[in-house]
Amino acid sequence: MESKLIRKESLEKLYGNLIADRKVYAPVKVSDKIEYRYNPSFREITFDHVRSTLSVKNLVFPKVENVLYFKNSKTESSVNDIDLNRIPEVVLWGAHPCDTAAFDILCSTFCGDIKDEFFSSRLEKLTVIGLSCHKRDDYCFCTSVGLAPDSSMGSDILLTLLENGDYKADLVTDKGSSLAARYPDLFETYSGQKSLVAEIKKKFNLSEVTKKLANAFEHPMWKENSLRCLGCGACAFLCPTCGCFDIQDETHGSTGVRYRSWDSCGFSLFTLHTSGHNPRHVQSQRWRQRIMHKFSYIPGKNGIAGCVGCGRCSSGCPVDMNIDEQLAAMENIN
Amino acid sequence: MSNLNTKAKELLASNTVKMFIGYEAGPTGLARPAFITDPEQTDRLIFDERCKQNLAVYLTKQEVKEYGKIAIVATLPVMRSLMVLASENQISPENLVVLGISPDGNLLNIADFSLMQTYIEKSDLSNPKGDEEKLAELLKLSPAERFEWWQNELSKCIKCFACRQACPMCYCSRCTIEVNQPQWIPVQANTHGNMDWHILRAMHLAGRCISCGECGRACPVGIPCHLLSMHLSNQVNRQFKVQAGTSDKMASVLSTYDPNDKESFIR
Repeated sequence: MESKLIRKESLEKLYGNLIADRKVYAPVKVSDKIEYRYNPSFREITFDHVRSTLSVKNLVFPKVENVLYFKNSKTESSVNDIDLNRIPEVVLWGAHPCDTAAFDILCSTFCGDIKDEFFSSRLEKLTVIGLSCHKRDDYCFCTSVGLAPDSSMGSDILLTLLENGDYKADLVTDKGSSLAARYPDLFETYSGQKSLVAEIKKKFNLSEVTKKLANAFEHPMWKENSLRCLGCGACAFLCPTCGCFDIQDETHGSTGVRYRSWDSCGFSLFTLHTSGHNPRHVQSQRWRQRIMHKFSYIPGKNGIAGCVGCGRCSSGCPVDMNIDEQLAAMENIN
Repeated sequence: MSNLNTKAKELLASNTVKMFIGYEAGPTGLARPAFITDPEQTDRLIFDERCKQNLAVYLTKQEVKEYGKIAIVATLPVMRSLMVLASENQISPENLVVLGISPDGNLLNIADFSLMQTYIEKSDLSNPKGDEEKLAELLKLSPAERFEWWQNELSKCIKCFACRQACPMCYCSRCTIEVNQPQWIPVQANTHGNMDWHILRAMHLAGRCISCGECGRACPVGIPCHLLSMHLSNQVNRQFKVQAGTSDKMASVLSTYDPNDKESFIR
């Protein structure tokens, strides 16, 4: 991986070049929240935020996505597919390493035995310019799940703030290198200037948690720790790695659309059978599923945690379900 | 404060209640609900200005109900919620010990629902000042401007239903939005589907909402959805001279008929 230097002024030029001919999705501050918007002005973009309210998973897994159109007549039905070629090229600008790493975890769901063409088409059209974190807060725990505030996983180019205000640009992938090659004047030689990276302490031992969870299915902690859970979908919808969706048909007269939309294992309806039986009939079982999926099932299948430690599920939870506190406690259960 | 802890310990140790619901401080300093069954754990309880969540929501949750008799720390909004829930037959007062608490943390002597009603009647039931100011500001807009303002706010909604789940009055075991034969409300979290959802919810709560603001507080993307229900509560109060959660015998205004009801809407 090659490292380059990009000066602050050059960064603005790079951004200007990018928004001139494509969509760039970048973080801006709106009142007290951080939101991503398409093609904001360079001045609006924030470079020192901790986390955006929503993750950036909607770029590859939109909250609502049409899957096909259909038409019914008395004698026949016809189906029109979505033209995936119309998915635009997008540059994701300034996403933190937790969010960019999440694309790989989503991929483990969407690009397995059966490749989800919607997800993979969007991912192919995406170029990711990541931004290492130089700030943190109490909800961050990326280092506990095998990442770091300057992980390059999921980025094509990773920017890291240097002490003098310039940035180091790691050219992580071929996509990143070829983007940099288009603007040779902007990427200079990097000669080891010191970078500013947040220090994020480990809050739990992931392999220990995974090991404990393997035998913890019936543990009383699930109920004790989740009585306050309201059963909303805030954690799942803010989460950059939650990929569950629901499929619905919406019909208007003889035509209609089939779409998928975000779903959450925290909802009581999620596992409700047509018979009326619900295998996860109480909230503690749904909370257990959420934790097990990320910290036992995905690690068992893919060897990595299903969580990037962004902290959104905790910071956005109306009742402070605080995941890292709970995982740290799980490390010590019997 | 120590009164609260002592009282909680007493109630649990004497087996008067099986569970005590109050507030505790989480690791980041936020207050959150605490569910205590062991009298030795009552030291965890706190009460201060951080303790805003409406705890009444838990009394209709299956896993909480299974514990049996419950004691609950009740601020004014919790007491009003209990009134609504009792009038709608969702809670049994005999299965409940209510520990009324004043905003400065003093335990109130509220032995039963009639004393609670007296306390509520004597209390200031006006909405928080900031909310009233925002509502007044919105009412100054033209209907088209106001519609646009709400459209913009509600377009942020991700349909996580934190608003519904945090609301003590949203206890339906199957919400209308989860019925898909027929599909009353579009499932899509787009502007249209979001508007439909929030309007439905506001209408369902009109005359039942006690304006605790919990739905707005719970929203992870910061939509002030509580203003919708608050406005409708104000309207109900103006039209019918009724405030929700002031009696455990009161039927919901919009689901009852009274010969004296105004008919001014018929034109």
